Amino acid sequence: MEATIAAIATALGEGGIGIVRISGEESLPIANKIFRGSALKERMLTYGHVYDNFTGETIDEVMAVYMKGPRSYTAEDVVEIQCHGSVVSLRKILALVLKNGARLAEPGEFTKRAFLNGRMDLTQAEAVIDLIRAKSDKTFDVALSQLEGKFSQTVKDIRADFVDLLVQITVNIDYPDEDIEEMTYDKLFEGLGAVREKLQALLATSDTGRIIKEGLNVAIIGKPNVGKSSLMNALLRETRAIVTEIAGTTRDTIEEVISIRNIPVRLTDTAGIRQTDDIIEKIGIEKSKESFNKADLVIFMVDGSRSLDEEDEEILQYMDGRQAIVVLNKQDLTQVVSREEIAARVPQAVIIDASMKEGMGIETIEDKIEELVYGGQVKQNDSIMVTNVRHKNLLELALQSVEDASAMTEMRQPLEFIEIDVNRSYELLGEIIGETASGEIINEVFARFCLGK
Amino acid sequence: MEHILMGEYDVIVVGAGHAGCEAALASARMGKKTLLCTMNLESVAMMPCNPSIGGTGKGHLVREIDALGGEMGKNIDKTFIQSKMLNTAKGPAVHSLRAQADKHKYHVEMKKTIEHTENLDLRQVEVTDLIVEDGKVCGVETVTHTWFKADAVILATGTFLRGKIFIGDSAFESGPNGLAPSNLLAENLRKHGMKLRRFKTGTPARCLAQSLDYSKMQEQKGDDVVVPFSFMNDKLGENQVSCWLTYTNAETHRVIRENFHRSALFGGQIEGIGPRYCPSIEDKVNRFADKERHQTFIEPEGLDTDEMYIQGMSSSLPEDVQLAFYKTIPGLENLRITRPAYAIEYDCIDPQDLQLNLEYRTIENLFCAGQFNGSSGYEEAAAQGLMAGINAVLKITGREPLVLGRDEAYIGVLIDDLVTKGTNEPYRIMTSRAEYRLVLRQDNADQRLTDKGYEVGLATQERYDRYLAKKDAVAREVERLENKFVGPKEADEFLIAHGTTGLNSKVSMAELLRRPQLNYTDLAEIDDETRPELSSHEITQLEVQIKYEGYIQKQMNQIERYKKLENRKLMQDFDYNQIEGLRLEAAQKLNQIQPASVGQASRISGVSPADINVLLVYLEKQRRKAE
Repeated sequence: MEATIAAIATALGEGGIGIVRISGEESLPIANKIFRGSALKERMLTYGHVYDNFTGETIDEVMAVYMKGPRSYTAEDVVEIQCHGSVVSLRKILALVLKNGARLAEPGEFTKRAFLNGRMDLTQAEAVIDLIRAKSDKTFDVALSQLEGKFSQTVKDIRADFVDLLVQITVNIDYPDEDIEEMTYDKLFEGLGAVREKLQALLATSDTGRIIKEGLNVAIIGKPNVGKSSLMNALLRETRAIVTEIAGTTRDTIEEVISIRNIPVRLTDTAGIRQTDDIIEKIGIEKSKESFNKADLVIFMVDGSRSLDEEDEEILQYMDGRQAIVVLNKQDLTQVVSREEIAARVPQAVIIDASMKEGMGIETIEDKIEELVYGGQVKQNDSIMVTNVRHKNLLELALQSVEDASAMTEMRQPLEFIEIDVNRSYELLGEIIGETASGEIINEVFARFCLGK
Repeated sequence: MEHILMGEYDVIVVGAGHAGCEAALASARMGKKTLLCTMNLESVAMMPCNPSIGGTGKGHLVREIDALGGEMGKNIDKTFIQSKMLNTAKGPAVHSLRAQADKHKYHVEMKKTIEHTENLDLRQVEVTDLIVEDGKVCGVETVTHTWFKADAVILATGTFLRGKIFIGDSAFESGPNGLAPSNLLAENLRKHGMKLRRFKTGTPARCLAQSLDYSKMQEQKGDDVVVPFSFMNDKLGENQVSCWLTYTNAETHRVIRENFHRSALFGGQIEGIGPRYCPSIEDKVNRFADKERHQTFIEPEGLDTDEMYIQGMSSSLPEDVQLAFYKTIPGLENLRITRPAYAIEYDCIDPQDLQLNLEYRTIENLFCAGQFNGSSGYEEAAAQGLMAGINAVLKITGREPLVLGRDEAYIGVLIDDLVTKGTNEPYRIMTSRAEYRLVLRQDNADQRLTDKGYEVGLATQERYDRYLAKKDAVAREVERLENKFVGPKEADEFLIAHGTTGLNSKVSMAELLRRPQLNYTDLAEIDDETRPELSSHEITQLEVQIKYEGYIQKQMNQIERYKKLENRKLMQDFDYNQIEGLRLEAAQKLNQIQPASVGQASRISGVSPADINVLLVYLEKQRRKAE
């Protein structure tokens, strides 16, 4: 039995409708849990609503179709849910499908299944391999870039807690005669409670959830008159903030919720953070720092035609470890700031050459924003893998396993049964950061305990 | 030089330790004319280290060996002097049987069994070379230049190959326990292109019981009811001895620390890699410096000897230091050592050079088993010996190999780990190495394996009948319990007395058995005359099946998924470089290991899930081209 998989099957764009595709034995049962309307019949497009079967909230008005295998794209049972094309709606439906037991499709997985189930002809096989390769390499890049982030560090820390628990369990099971501390149910329950809280906290702050609800927080920062307002206007595609040649005109932070490539983005143009005695400007600067601190992405604008000064340096200090784009503006003038100079200071940043005056570099900035949200995934017709959704999905599954383990611990079930669920959580967290479990626990057992015949 | 042909066999086994004995018995019992060679007949089934069989994971292996028709379980049942089921406070999947053996009797009984087995010749002879023709082994040469011919040869040389013993700063060529090493064979195996490496292991000192003061130690008794290892035995005799627990202390550690420099282990003389789970006492004191004491069990070596084994205290320190530190341990103050502790280094192969049937990849019909493959432990050796014996016979009779899956047996986990993942230290089985631990229990080893043993012609008719009878009795009783209902009137008083809650409506007896507070024997109180007499084996099986049904079913589903990839067979002697899209590292690893299935390929380190997908697509392409 193959796992049931799901993904957003349409390209994310300005399309009127979007499709969430589910494939596998569980696709119809899952669809039935979240679809309200006439009963789904084979090969019949049916009108109804998707509602959250956990909260009862209605998510979207949809059309759904059930295709029984082998008469479907993958030759497995497939359900496709057509909803409004907005990212929010698509992602909510996908998240719901995953919560109901489907697994997020791997890169190229629908196509792979279609091929392996005999649905495509031989000439397409090469393309399938390319697809697997290209996508998995891409995933790998993303994994690497996110390894540096706070998120993966947190996951690593929680995973280390699991290692502690598993090592204790393992040594208790495999070395019953040794002079070691017993893993009692109380101790295990306490340990599981601690990791459960950490997982819940992490999930609560999960970017995906927040971005779906509130949009991506982007702060534009830079010293006065460097072109921040021009960039904001360009992204807004209308003149909104006051743009003048006099430094310090943006006295307040300006916040706009806009749609960039169909992603809700909460854009904040800040007043800059230079030292000032002007009271009004001072308030603006405080607000700048605040919006800077809560931003998911910081766009730091630098005047490429002038050497970095004290004020730029001060901002650079704030950039440490943040998701950032550094825009080297004023490319229409002679450049004195080099990309290398910036890269040395903010190694995690994407550096973009731009000229607000000539409208250069705006699209690249939009690309980067999109990439951040969708985890750098290539858009493909058969599946769109959203790294953030994937993370959330894995975290939720890990939490579920910990809860199962806790419940079993409370019921005083045998240790080796509980271990299965604890180990499952540990493996799921490993999947997020791309680390495989192989041998780690056993190695730790010998490293930490003095065992011998 | 002229070679005198001294005999022709179907299968020749080199080495009569735990691997060699199982290999030879399996081959002979499967009807093949078999020769078992050993350098010294007094060392047949010798236990040169600890005087026990079984333990966590290892006990499972013994049960599996028995279920397939091997000898180890029966032999320990004949010769045990104390028995204990470990982990009984935990669940049924990790209950593990361990028995103290009378070492000498263990050897005598095994030798007797071999001597009385049809088709089997046991012979004291030193094998010094393989006869290989066209990449195929066809016999062995001995130290007297005589030849024995055979269709298959099984190497089970244990720690004898270029064996070297270390005690303090002295090092000398030796096999284990004062026996001669085998040097010529090691040299010649290299000539045949076999890659050998050095591993190391060690054993503690033996001492006289009369020199010990048991009043300063804690007595460790066996179980009240002795559970047999073999599925062929329903009941066994009683425990006859105790073991004794005592601890090292600050003084012990001081003596050891002051003499670190005199240990062969720290002196750099030993090049071999030792197992982490079996460190010497100086290693323990060094690595776990903050640990105030280390425990040691003092275990009898047999009934006819006064010698005792000092568990957990192996060492390669000089004899004077050994005596000094042992004497600091409570109860050991007047210790008289009979045999010093030593470390031993030996040649073995890289098991990644084997196929899953334990056949050497580059020499056809040459099979390898035991410590020679980089494992450690009597049970691990016996398990491989058995499989090598079975597979050698299957190979020369043109039948499919018997390869046990990771979902079928600890033996499968052991061999797959060795062959697929390799090992950097002597490999020991652990229950945590098995992904499907809930299914691979010691109570159901017969249900998992006896039909396979029977099918290849090893398990006897009697064993097969017992297996079927048990299977049938359990199934019938499970069905009866599922269909027999009781209500509050009959059951409530009983339930409350057993610390659980009363009923609202009628429930099945099976449902009641799922309650943690109740067991099958208790339920007799509210059962009726249709209740059958079940053996203890059957009751265990039944309880596990009913009580943990949900979890076991979950694991069975995982196994279904696992099997899908295991059943996708891969081509052999294949050049993976020709598959486009595979990463170079993956292609290299696949070329080296030549996995038998996609499942095995997925466990090789360096082969990613994306590589497996590329492989699957390639296979499908080939299949369609073939159509």
